Amino acid sequence: MSGASITLQALHDGERRLEHDLLVVARRHRADHEVHHVATDVARWSHEHAHRIARAAQHYGLDLSGPDGDPGPGLMAAVREKAAEALGRRSEIGLLLLYDLCDLHLTATENSLRWEMLAQLAQATDDSRLLDLATACHPQTLRQMRWTNTMIKTLSPQLLGSV
Amino acid sequence: MEPEVDRIAQPWGGRTPYARGEPWPARVDSFLAPGVGTESVEHWAQSASLLHSNGDAMDIAVADGRIVGVRGRSGDRVNRGRLGPKDLFGWQANHSADRLTTPLMRRDGRLVACDWDTAMARVVAEAQHLLRERGPGSIGFYTTGQLFLEEYYTLTVIARAGIGTNHLDGNTRLCTATAGEALKETFGSDGQPGSYTDVDHADVIALFGHNMAETQPVLWMRVLDRLEGADPPQLVCVDPRPTPVARRAAVHLAPRSGTNVALLNALLHEVIRTGRIDRDFVADRTVGFDELAAQVARCTPGWAAGICDVPAADIERAAEILGGAERLLSTVLQGVYQSHQATAAACQVNNLQLIRGMLGRPGCGVLQMNGQPTAQNTRECGADGDLPGFRNWENDRHVADLAKVWNVEPSRIPHYGPPTPAMQIFRYAEQGSIRMLWISGTNPAVSLPELHRIRDVLGQERLFTVVQDLYATETAQLADVVLPAATWGEKTGAFTNADRTVHLSEKAVDPPGEARPDLDILLDFARRMGFRDKDGGPLIGWHDAPSAFEAWKECSRGRPCDYTGLTHDRLRGGSGIQWPCTEDAPDGTERLYTDGITWAGADDCETYGKDLVTGASVSGAEYRALNPDGKAVLRAAEYLPPHEDTGEEYPLQLNTGRTLYHFHTRTKTGRAPQLDAAAPEVWAELSAGEAQRHGVAEGDLVEVATPRGSVRGRLRITGIRDGMVFLPFHYGYWDTPEGHRPGRTGGRAANETTISDWDPVSKQPLLKAAAARLTLVERADGAVSPAPTTTASAPVDPHAAPPTTGGPAAVAAQTAAPPEGDGR
Repeated sequence: MSGASITLQALHDGERRLEHDLLVVARRHRADHEVHHVATDVARWSHEHAHRIARAAQHYGLDLSGPDGDPGPGLMAAVREKAAEALGRRSEIGLLLLYDLCDLHLTATENSLRWEMLAQLAQATDDSRLLDLATACHPQTLRQMRWTNTMIKTLSPQLLGSV
Repeated sequence: MEPEVDRIAQPWGGRTPYARGEPWPARVDSFLAPGVGTESVEHWAQSASLLHSNGDAMDIAVADGRIVGVRGRSGDRVNRGRLGPKDLFGWQANHSADRLTTPLMRRDGRLVACDWDTAMARVVAEAQHLLRERGPGSIGFYTTGQLFLEEYYTLTVIARAGIGTNHLDGNTRLCTATAGEALKETFGSDGQPGSYTDVDHADVIALFGHNMAETQPVLWMRVLDRLEGADPPQLVCVDPRPTPVARRAAVHLAPRSGTNVALLNALLHEVIRTGRIDRDFVADRTVGFDELAAQVARCTPGWAAGICDVPAADIERAAEILGGAERLLSTVLQGVYQSHQATAAACQVNNLQLIRGMLGRPGCGVLQMNGQPTAQNTRECGADGDLPGFRNWENDRHVADLAKVWNVEPSRIPHYGPPTPAMQIFRYAEQGSIRMLWISGTNPAVSLPELHRIRDVLGQERLFTVVQDLYATETAQLADVVLPAATWGEKTGAFTNADRTVHLSEKAVDPPGEARPDLDILLDFARRMGFRDKDGGPLIGWHDAPSAFEAWKECSRGRPCDYTGLTHDRLRGGSGIQWPCTEDAPDGTERLYTDGITWAGADDCETYGKDLVTGASVSGAEYRALNPDGKAVLRAAEYLPPHEDTGEEYPLQLNTGRTLYHFHTRTKTGRAPQLDAAAPEVWAELSAGEAQRHGVAEGDLVEVATPRGSVRGRLRITGIRDGMVFLPFHYGYWDTPEGHRPGRTGGRAANETTISDWDPVSKQPLLKAAAARLTLVERADGAVSPAPTTTASAPVDPHAAPPTTGGPAAVAAQTAAPPEGDGR
């Protein structure tokens, strides 16, 4: 596999994972209405990114058009889902929200680094298709990172202070 | 013009036409209680209107220690003597027999009367206990858009530097938060660019989601008088309902809810495509044009037509009028602010003005409007959580400057994060991290979305709730302590309207019983809490409204909203005065940005900006790089599909809103007989086509339901767009047997049904963004829908309901010349 296809494959996985995780967090924290609605909005970006990556990948001999399988919740996610239900109105639900936002931020950051690598490779190899792809998608990944960071900064004084 | 007119039947009164560029002629409106003649009025106290944001100047008539009527002030720049129906009749609510006259405290589950000392001691004990045990983050304040400037400023100092909490907001979050945020995003700082006098000069007036005829009826009289005069303006109206504005518009666009960004992007696309841009203005005064042009490049009228369900040809025609305007005035209100993508859409209106170079000249302005009379002061004084004087909480120099004004250490003012907006304050209370909520002058148990949830939050045992109000509102009935407040006409203070005009409102009569001015209540709390500055002196050094005003002036010094040229005495007599008013501009300032953009530099601005989709903050360094010369920022935004869309189960878009005759949750207007009778009960509106599809007819009792709750009301068939149902939001339960919640006959408050969703940028709740279904409960069988016939609720069949009239009780005087002895 070429460097381009390795990176495209990893980005495709990363964007699909972020979309999935955003939608899980949106569902889990539906009583935190801003998180619920904005997570759903920005999940759409990752969904579109994955489609664009799959289209581009065909030109590098890579077939990413498989079914949108559910990556499935990790063990921690399953535990949190149960905990969120049990906690209801208790203040510990706030801690769960902060942990979930941290995970989203880290996943978005990983994607961002891969977009960076792809853009660098595209410039070095004068590959305008890859450069256009990264130029179109990477800014939205950065916005996903800024959003999770802003939410963590805004919510943590109250949510940690009241545990 | 007739000397007397039924102002319920004819809300806008008689016409005084004037030509473009001429001054608006005076017309003095007055209404006195039956049997009271002018000769029996002992005293006229100066004031301005408190039941909308227009700031209509008026004098309050007093006889025998009671308010007996009102008269417009002919010399005032805002209204030239005119009054709206709520101005004329609303004052009667002051005398309502059910005013609160003593404090109340909950004992064994019931609210019982007590004295002030007992009530305040309880509030102070709770606050001190929470500060000790849980810290300042356990206390929140939720105020209003109806107190006076001096009261907001005092509340802000108490909350931020006294308690030290970030949890301070006003119900202005529901009415004006997006206006403020859109101005910050575009111009770096809050501050209304335009002036009402722009109506006198404009050749095109575009109203975006702004039913001016009902929300600011006196400003609409100004437009009507222009329409009747020589060289009238053309109106462009964006509104899904057949408002009085829409009926007078050259083009009326009635889009699907939630599609304002798509529509505005298409209008911008057309203006750019046809080259109707002021390139010099764009180069000199703005940044971001290339990004904006790229964002709207594919937003053709055809594309928007598919999203908005508006004919592409109408979009083109509207763009043609906007693009061809010589002097364009745009105004914006709740149709934008309470809809999906609120701030993003409001910013596109700013963009339209900027790319056309329509700013800072007579007739060329934007009015991002307010809903409430003193909402502007909530914003300026920081009672919406922002730092006072439009200071930037992320700029350490601004915080240090404020700390100097207050003589406290900067660390005493919480500035590690943004202020907590109202909906998040209620979320923290729901989670249990906020344990005390002090609610002043507002009624969240009717006005916030998803009311069953709000009632649950307020009803929690672990939440200590203080409610400061005039009446036993739905919210007060859920409180632990109720403090009886004085209102307009019973206390002195200043307030500022939507075009920056500051008015003085004088005390005319004593408040009933033991009710006290809000300022006195707050000062008493501060004294009992013993708040100190860093030298051990009292944190709050003022003791009445004039001294509070002087303290605020110091806080405003050198800021965009500079009040240092004003005093209470200066505001007495004559006209209201627009800020900034300083030594250099002693008569105030008619328009902002006449010589360029002044507060958008990174060192001066109130915010570094936010992502218009996510609300994420932009850093100071990024802002400086984006806008090194402090110009206006053309903020581009992509259209996003709405969060709650229609489907099989909920096929209608739900739109909630106001009517001309009521204000907010009807606490005052429901107690003024003429206003109450004009719109006595909740109703629902559908188009004729939609009614046919649903098998319902005019006057039928219907239920409007969403996943969150339902409302029952009688149906009115109007010219509203297909696919939409409208509910007025004013009605609650205080005048029903249940008192604060729905009874057996179902919900009456529109917010039983609305969704908890807010704009991530301005944090304004989106009260026009839900999907609903409508079902028949029972046939009309002769019953008539209570919807007014004079407004956007007018029936398509003029014979469907008797016309709304007020009869002899609603006859008010109107005279073209100022009356004898007017004193000006």
